[in-house]
Amino acid sequence: MSLLEVDRLSVRYPETPEPVVNEVCVALDHGDSLAIVGESGSGKTQTALAIMGLLPANARIGGSVVFAGTELIGATPAMLNRFRARRIAMVFQDPMAALNPYIRIGKQLGRVLLEHKLCRPGAVRERTIRMLKKVGLPDPERQYHAFPYQLSGGMRQRVLIGAALLGEPDLLIADEPTTALDVTVQAQILHLLYELQEETNVALLLITHDLGVVAGHCQRMLVMDNGRIVEHGATRDIFTSPASEKMRMLLAAAPRITAASPPPREPAGGKPVLEIEELSVSFRERRNFRQEHLNAVRPLSLTVGEGETVAVVGESGSGKTSLARAVVGLIPADSGRITFLGQLLPPSLNSRIRASRRELQMVFQDPLTSLNPAMRVADVVAEPLRVHEPGNDDHADAVLTIMKQVGLSTALLDRYPHELSGGQAQRVAIARALILKPRVIICDEAVAALDGSVQNEILELLRHEQERSGLSLIFITHDLAVVKQISHRVLVMYLGRLCELASGDTLFARPRHPYTKALLNAIPQPDPQAKPVDVLLAGEVSSILHPPSGCPFHPRCQAAIAVCRDVMPELSAEDGSEVACHRAAELDLSY
Amino acid sequence: MTAFKRLFRHVRFNRTVTLCAVTLVVLTLLSLLAPLLTSHSNVTADFANRLLPPTLADGHIFGTDELGRDLFVRTLYGVRVTLFVAVVASFVSLGVGVLYGAIAGYVGGRVDGFMMRIVDGLYALPFIFFVILLMVAFGRSMFLIFVAIGAINWLDMARIVRGQTMSLKQRGFVDAARLIGVSTSGIILRHITPNLLGVVFVYTTLAIPQAILMESFLSFLGLGIQEPQTSLGSLVNAGVDHMGSSSWLLVIPAVALALILLCFNFLGDGLRDMADPRGKT
Repeated sequence: MSLLEVDRLSVRYPETPEPVVNEVCVALDHGDSLAIVGESGSGKTQTALAIMGLLPANARIGGSVVFAGTELIGATPAMLNRFRARRIAMVFQDPMAALNPYIRIGKQLGRVLLEHKLCRPGAVRERTIRMLKKVGLPDPERQYHAFPYQLSGGMRQRVLIGAALLGEPDLLIADEPTTALDVTVQAQILHLLYELQEETNVALLLITHDLGVVAGHCQRMLVMDNGRIVEHGATRDIFTSPASEKMRMLLAAAPRITAASPPPREPAGGKPVLEIEELSVSFRERRNFRQEHLNAVRPLSLTVGEGETVAVVGESGSGKTSLARAVVGLIPADSGRITFLGQLLPPSLNSRIRASRRELQMVFQDPLTSLNPAMRVADVVAEPLRVHEPGNDDHADAVLTIMKQVGLSTALLDRYPHELSGGQAQRVAIARALILKPRVIICDEAVAALDGSVQNEILELLRHEQERSGLSLIFITHDLAVVKQISHRVLVMYLGRLCELASGDTLFARPRHPYTKALLNAIPQPDPQAKPVDVLLAGEVSSILHPPSGCPFHPRCQAAIAVCRDVMPELSAEDGSEVACHRAAELDLSY
Repeated sequence: MTAFKRLFRHVRFNRTVTLCAVTLVVLTLLSLLAPLLTSHSNVTADFANRLLPPTLADGHIFGTDELGRDLFVRTLYGVRVTLFVAVVASFVSLGVGVLYGAIAGYVGGRVDGFMMRIVDGLYALPFIFFVILLMVAFGRSMFLIFVAIGAINWLDMARIVRGQTMSLKQRGFVDAARLIGVSTSGIILRHITPNLLGVVFVYTTLAIPQAILMESFLSFLGLGIQEPQTSLGSLVNAGVDHMGSSSWLLVIPAVALALILLCFNFLGDGLRDMADPRGKT
């Protein structure tokens, strides 16, 4: 008898014709780690919620979930509550949504202990602090009194893991625990999860869309598609010889850093289209009645050639999004010059002339927020033309052409954004940018919210457009793996400064800045044979309000020496690549 | 404009909305056609027939009041005034309040500060004092009542819309619209306003009863509609005096008032659902 036995579990909603979970069987024992892998809509989260008894009231549930000999389907809330925390615990995707913003974290964790009578009221504080220490929260005595918003995403996720483990559960369900986090933080959190699992012998059910997350540590995995299990077995076997079509597809779509991918075609002309010189961006923040300057982007230069793709990579807080928004004019730059097609662009969008606004476009991260929910696809796509060609009312042809170009059926023209899938919505957003025939598109994490296979389709679409029309792309991302196949050059940023700028091939094979190396190492590989992720980057990004002296990266750098603490390294340029590191010449970081 | 087109495309599919809209239209028509429907006048006193209970015999189907005036006609005239107040209130708060709030919220900064201080100033003005001042300056008229109610009614709407706009402004689609070159007015009208409709409709349905009640309050103080003119509010007030002996004088106008308020409430609810593109229709 296993600890958890899920037998032919089905979940169905009245409004959907097909069950969202269809005859799923899972068995799990103490110390096991099992991953459920699938794309969005495959039913993996519904399965987890069904096990926890957290499905909405209108869900029709069939089959059985037996945990330690007790049937959980149809159990009363009071009975389920006896299992929660003590026996089964869950870690959710979005740690900010899972924590109550009004309650200090120590108190929130203490409540778990009190609610489930896990210890004497007098010992709550001590146990909570011990747990915060265990999940690697720095200075737990002080953080005990912190509110969730005062912690970074990674720290919040640590707190949630701590909350889940307080009751010393037998089963821990983690639903996409690292999806909302930076790659570097993801590596730390995964490391923590697996370490804690070994220590406590808890059974781990990990739900993810990211094969890289699974490959390193989970012994067994299930692949789900359309509510059904299409494949299950030992992780190693499935990765080496996938039996199902779905798994083969997922594997093919998984971004890889190590695999040799065909290098992107050389940029067409190389004539500079967009020149950014010494651009800096800062925000004024008022804190405790004092004004503080937050230097989001320190003076930084970059030239983008015609038909070229430049990736801008960095963790959150690196200033990459501020850079993008300043270039398109959504926020004013403090200083520096932007030259676009030979003309100087004024910093604010409103003072830019029509033509330059037309030819410099942006695609945003989340297609569902960047599309107006009250506008139909046809109106969304036609709006740029309506604005720029006010005399001409008939844009139907142009709309049909562009829909075909981005691979969307014209049947979607009448839909509202919420009726589209993530990939379709992002195509609509791209169509809206392309319809103006821009010369440069800045993509701000344009594929981060999408499933792996959809990511590849969108990247392919952009690359195709580039080949067709000589479009230049600036790709803002936190994930180096995603941009590997499409970037000619990669710019790595840290705390608003340029660390390294090099051609894609060079950067991936021979990174010269320790931060680049660390970013590359943090990416979990979809390959069980690969050595597990190194946590090269301990700690988190330093505060941008009070950046460290000298090289901003030195507190986290393993190669830091005395001079790094005191002197900001100069940017040294050498056959097309630039690096800002004191030890660039002596370190050998190549693979 | 697509939002409005969509609204009216779906109107006929929602039963509650249809029922409420039809009731309101019928009431409006009845109140406008009141003089043709009965031979009784709403102003002439008839002391022989004081306080008659509802009867079919001589056409006083709702009975008569303490001056012998026909309650049916008076109720319809009351509906006329009350509906008029409702329409004025909703137009002012929809037209002025929504635009004012959207502009203040979207433009932000000093413009926002200045515009909202005006709203605060009007809030701070004691309402009754304001009405009395108007009466003193311009003399008594029904028009002034509407001005007074209108002037107060849009303030809440402006505040609510401003708050909503400020949060909508943060959404990606506003940035996207700016980048493709949509002008500020285009963003407010085409991108912000349609997304405000849900809140606006709900708030309008709250503002209308408020305006109707405000009117009856003013009438009660003798600052509003003057005899022999009447509104549902003043009819209810008058009915209270005869509650014990002639209950119909209270019940009939009160039922009419409740019917109107309910209709507006359901109408607003239904419109809100239809304004939401995510709603199922």
